[in-house]
This record gives sequence, C-alpha cells and structure tokens, in this order.
Amino acid sequence: MNNQTTSTNAVSVRNVFKNYDDVEALHDLSLDFPKGELTSLLGPSGCGKTTLLKIIAGLLPATSGEVIVNGKTVTGPGPDRAFVFQDFALLPWASVLRNVAFGLELRGVPKSEREAIAEKYIADVGLSGFEQKVPHELSGGMRQRVGLARALSVNAEVLLMDEPFSAVDEQTRRKFQEDLLNLVKHENKTFLFVTHSIEEAVYVSDQIALLLPRPSRVSEIIRPSGFRHKPIDSIRRDSEYLDIVDKIWESLRTYVE
Amino acid sequence: MRHRALSLKILSSVLIFGAWEVAGRVPVSFAFPTFLESMAALWVLTIEGTIFTAYAETLKPLVVGVLISAFIGIGLGIWIGLSRKFEWFISPIFIVMQSAPLAALIPLLIMVYGIGLTSKVFVVCIMAMPVIVLNTGGAVRNTSVSIVEMGESFLGTRRDIIMKIILPAASPIIFVGLRLGVSAGFIGAILSELKITPTGVGDIITYSRSIADYPSMYAAIFSIILLAVLFLNLLERIEVMLFKGINKGFVSD
Ligand SMILES: Nc1ncnc2c1ncn2[C@@H]1O[C@H](COP(=O)(O)OP(=O)(O)OP(=O)(O)O)[C@@H](O)[C@H]1O
Ligand SMILES: [Mg+2]
Repeated sequence: MNNQTTSTNAVSVRNVFKNYDDVEALHDLSLDFPKGELTSLLGPSGCGKTTLLKIIAGLLPATSGEVIVNGKTVTGPGPDRAFVFQDFALLPWASVLRNVAFGLELRGVPKSEREAIAEKYIADVGLSGFEQKVPHELSGGMRQRVGLARALSVNAEVLLMDEPFSAVDEQTRRKFQEDLLNLVKHENKTFLFVTHSIEEAVYVSDQIALLLPRPSRVSEIIRPSGFRHKPIDSIRRDSEYLDIVDKIWESLRTYVE
Repeated sequence: MRHRALSLKILSSVLIFGAWEVAGRVPVSFAFPTFLESMAALWVLTIEGTIFTAYAETLKPLVVGVLISAFIGIGLGIWIGLSRKFEWFISPIFIVMQSAPLAALIPLLIMVYGIGLTSKVFVVCIMAMPVIVLNTGGAVRNTSVSIVEMGESFLGTRRDIIMKIILPAASPIIFVGLRLGVSAGFIGAILSELKITPTGVGDIITYSRSIADYPSMYAAIFSIILLAVLFLNLLERIEVMLFKGINKGFVSD
C-alpha cells in the first residue's frame, strides 16, 4: 500500500481469515475505513460482523491477515480504539459516574481528573443528574448512553460500535441516529458501526460495506454522497436515500431465507 | 418491613418450640425431653459455667478450620475459576471430598494425625472447604464474558480485571459459599468431637447421654444450633455492610 491510503484510512483490514474450530467466519476479508468517516457493516445475522469488530478491537486474534490502525499493525487492544458493546457491558454495581470513568480508571487517570472528564461526557449524552444511579435504575436507552459516554471519554480516534442501538425503542433509536450524525460531524473520530437495519445504515453512513453470509467477505461498498450535507430531517425523504435503501435490499434479499 | 420479618421469626420459633414441648410431653420417646426441661438444663449448664469451658474447647478447631477453609478455599476457588488447567487438576479432589462419607475417613485421619486438634481441624476443613472452593470457582468462571472483554478493551491489566471486575461480580456467590461452608464447619466440629475424642460440647452430649441426662444432651445440641444461627446472621450483616452497592446493583440485573 502506498502512503496516500495509509494516511487517509484510520483502519485497514487486509486479507483477514478467521476460523472458529471448523467454522470459517471470515474468508479473505479486506476493507478500508477512511479517517473521520462513519462506515457501517451490514450483513445477515451470523455473517461475522461482531467477529470482525472484535478482531479490529484486538480482543480476538485473526487466523491470518492483518489489521492496521493508524499505520500500526494491531496485536491487541490499544488506546486508539474504544468499543461500544451491544449488551452495554456496564458494571452493575457501579454508579453511572464510575462506569463512565471506568476506561480512564483502568488507564490510571487520577480520580478527580477522570471524574471531571466523565462529568463532561455524561452531560454530552444527556444524563446529567443520573451520575449516582446504578445501571438497573436506568432504561435500556440510558444504559447505552452510559456505554457511549465511557467510550467517548477515553478519547480514542476510532470508535467500534456493535449494534449499539438494537436494544432501544424506535423513537430513542431515531434520536440516537441524529446524535450520532452530530458526533461524526463534530468529534473528528472514525466510526465503525455494525447494524442490522438497512435504513439506519444508509441514514448515518458515509460508507456502507455489505457483507456476504459466512464465510464472510465484502460483497459491495456503497458511498451515499448526495444527501450527507443536507439538513438531517430531510434525509429520509431524499430520493438518493430511498434508492440506496432499495438497492441494498435487492442485494441482500437473495440471502434471506 | 423489618418489623414484620422479626415478628415472623418470633412466630416460627414459638411454633417450633411449642411443637417440641408437646412432643416431649406426649412423650415421643422416653429419651426425648420437653423444651422447658431442656432450657432448664441449659440454664444450669450456663450458671455452672460448663457450657463456656466446653465452647472454649469446641471453638478451637471450628475457628481454625473455618479460617483455613475460608482463606485457602477462596484462594483456590479464584484460581480454579481463572484457569481451566488448574480446574481440571484440582476440582475433582473437592468434588470427591464433598461426596465422601466423612465418617469413613475419620479413622484414616486419626491414624495419620492422631487424636489431637490437628485431626479435628481437618474434619472441619473437609466439611467446609469444598463448598467454598466450588462456589467461588463457579462464580469466578461465570463472570459475564462481556464485562471482562470490556475491561480488556479499555486496557485493564490482568490484575485490574480480576480485582475490579471479576471479584466484585463473583462476591455475592462467594459469600453464599462462605455461609454454607461455615454451617458445614459447625457440623464438622461437633462430628469430630463425637467421633475422635469427646471434648467440649461433644463431651457434654456423649457424657449426658451415657448417664441418661437427656435434657442436658438436648440443651447442648440446642446451644450449637443457636450459635450457628447467630454466627450466620452476623456473617450476613457483614456481607450486607461490605457489599451495599454491589447487592443494590444485582437486584434486577
Ligand atoms: N466463540 C465462538 N465459537 C465458535 N463459533 C463462533 C464464536 N463466535 C462466533 N461464532 C460463529 O461465527 C459466526 C459469526 O459470528 P458473529 O457473532 O461474528 O456474527 P454477527 O454477524 O455478529 O451476527 P449477528 O448479526 O447475529 O450479531 C457465526 O456463525 C457464529 O456461529
Ligand atoms: Mg453480532
């Protein structure tokens, strides 16, 4: 690869294979994630989206191939990546404040400093006043915002989000999608976003990677471009938006059933 | 709420002691004294001071055995929970220990360690340790994979992940094991005094049975149960105090 691509891609996945015992989850998968953009991974259930995200996070070793983050090969978790978990992965006994600050706590940031940072992100995700609650006192949507605030507070360049909105209701989900678009615009981070929803992927993404069923490869990359800079509330009526949703459904429907 | 729990406890005690009194008066067996007779005997044992010297003796193997079981048991349990290999190696020992007929092992212990304190401590440990080890191991092993992965992804060291994630998550079940272990330890302590050498409370039981002083015998048995209940209650208090936040978090999750 030349310098041009390494400087504009936050994450590059090169020829990654992943086998679980005799199950081949990923087969020769290559994909680039441009810096500062949001890329969605869209594909049928069980095709290996979580697997890919965990390999990029360094939580799972690839069987072969490599992942490059900001020019360096991934060998394990690093400070340049933060994960938002599908099941929130909050400490049930810890307050919202401690949960949000937990990533910083593990990095050895002193208590007063990390709590000040956590306070800021708690406010950013709209949870001010809930600092001392424990997770079971919160709704699903609020718990996910705790997970998001925790990932934001370690200030990693790459955010890995595994179906972050799948456990929340439709209204909350739409609100989160709008918030996510704002985040992408203002935070100057790279987002890797797994979703099951075609509409959601088209709505929030700069780039959509369609994955084939197991063993998974990238079948198609779609870059919605026309409506990205239009006002948020007109996107769902945009004709390009609707066309892309249809086109993706055409590609995927052959794999359903 | 608290008030109601207390009155329920009193009610159930009254029912049990009432039934005991009735059964003693019928009588079910000539060797079965009434509740009031037993309490009178307990009173005598108390003012004579016999019961205190007896417990001074009985508590020795009990306390030593329970402390050893708690420390080694929780330590081994954590290790078992963290390492598959170690589990494969160690946990069969405790599973066998838990199901072994203790009475059959006692002659063996006496042969090796004699009839002194050591053998009695061993009996307490054999009773108390397996349940502590197995509960701790299971709790550590079953820590939610996702919060452990969370710790790894946010760059927690192995030590941090164990201390800040795995142990707090496992602590409620570890305490259940501890409580079960302590009550098993009580059984072990009395059993060792009945089967090895009659000392302490075991001596009161054996001696009063040999002279057909059944009220004293039941008084001694009653005092053991009372002590065990009080001690378990104390342990529960400590647990609630230590893990206020944790228990709160586990209410519905
Ligand atoms: N630990 C594991 N051991 C064995 N097989 C696994 C393991 N984890 C995942 N797999 C298999 O690998 C494949 C991909 O799993 P993965 O969880 O990555 O899919 P996914 O695309 O995230 O699915 P979903 O959309 O349902 O979340 C699945 O067929 C799954 O059965
Ligand atoms: Mg998944």
